[in-house]
Amino acid sequence: MNSPLREAVSARPGELPARGRVTLWQIFAAFLTIGATSVGGGLVAYLRRGLVAKRGWIDDPTFVQLLSISEALPGLNGTNIAILAGDRLRGARGALAAILGICVPGALIMVAAAIAYRSQGDEPVVEAMLATIAAAAVGLSFSVTVQLGQNLLKRLSDFVFVGLTVLLVHGLHLSILPALLAVGILAIWWYRPRPSRREAPPQ
Amino acid sequence: MRQLPVLVGVFAYLSLLTIGGGMSAFPEMKTLTVDVYHWLTFPQLIHFFSVGQLAPGPNMMMVAAVGEWIAGPLGALFVVTAFFLPTALITFCVGRLWNRLEGWPWRDVIQRGLAPVSIGLLLSGSLTVAKGAVTGWLTAFIAIAVFGLLLRTRINPAILIFGAGLIGLFGFLDRW
Repeated sequence: MNSPLREAVSARPGELPARGRVTLWQIFAAFLTIGATSVGGGLVAYLRRGLVAKRGWIDDPTFVQLLSISEALPGLNGTNIAILAGDRLRGARGALAAILGICVPGALIMVAAAIAYRSQGDEPVVEAMLATIAAAAVGLSFSVTVQLGQNLLKRLSDFVFVGLTVLLVHGLHLSILPALLAVGILAIWWYRPRPSRREAPPQ
Repeated sequence: MRQLPVLVGVFAYLSLLTIGGGMSAFPEMKTLTVDVYHWLTFPQLIHFFSVGQLAPGPNMMMVAAVGEWIAGPLGALFVVTAFFLPTALITFCVGRLWNRLEGWPWRDVIQRGLAPVSIGLLLSGSLTVAKGAVTGWLTAFIAIAVFGLLLRTRINPAILIFGAGLIGLFGFLDRW
């Protein structure tokens, strides 16, 4: 248990610290545990605790790097980190073990929920509870958005792009893909790399 | 059974829209599953979304419930695979490429430019859910209270969602 930890600490961010040391089964079991216990959102925090603090499979700078890659790509941050961490630990099969582990518990619970909903969903008492649970979920959803926004939105232009996206998707009912492409390309062009006068690369 | 290929297509497409988080795809999920294909009603979709907040793991595992609802356990399997596999493959490939792109000036710019767009998509997703879920003063109060508590305290959201369910239960019993 100690040697992968020491390797992980000595490795540069982005390298494959403990690759080959951790078995596929260990990867699956670790992600299954995280997938089964991470109730209440904040999956990324659970992943950090499970992979960095508890098992020492990857170091903190690497985790932050995996998170930033995950945020830039489509896909949920939690599953993207699972893929990237699994790949670093044990290659493609590690990635598969990780994503299966993290998805299976929640998926089984939601299938069970749907089956229960089919038989009980139109009971007035169930409807009453689901209505208030949905309201709480709205609060949760907005709070996650605000918290992410506090970290990511820095300039006035950022807020303009947020507003533009909401306007296209919600105001004009444009489907998400064209809105994403339009505002995304505009924003990327806005922040395009400009050759700085002081350190222009020698051509 | 007949709709399995359509299901897979819809959720594979939705998968690609989850920039910033699963919520980004929610407005489109509502349009396709409710308005276009009539697989379920908007309240039903909101219910699955809400119960999904109580399940552990990735927060859009509600798609498993939607798949089960439309086409049984096999539907759940196909929908979950369609929703998670495409982005998993993209992440896998880009993850291996990413380190080699170190120093490529556009790498950080793409990340920088997509950040506000992803927040805008998350906000749109939240607005879509709010439209379906906030139906009166009680639900509005609960939504605002949960929002405020989560921003000001470090309470586990599952506790608040569970508590909201209890409010619904007692509110219902009270009427009898």
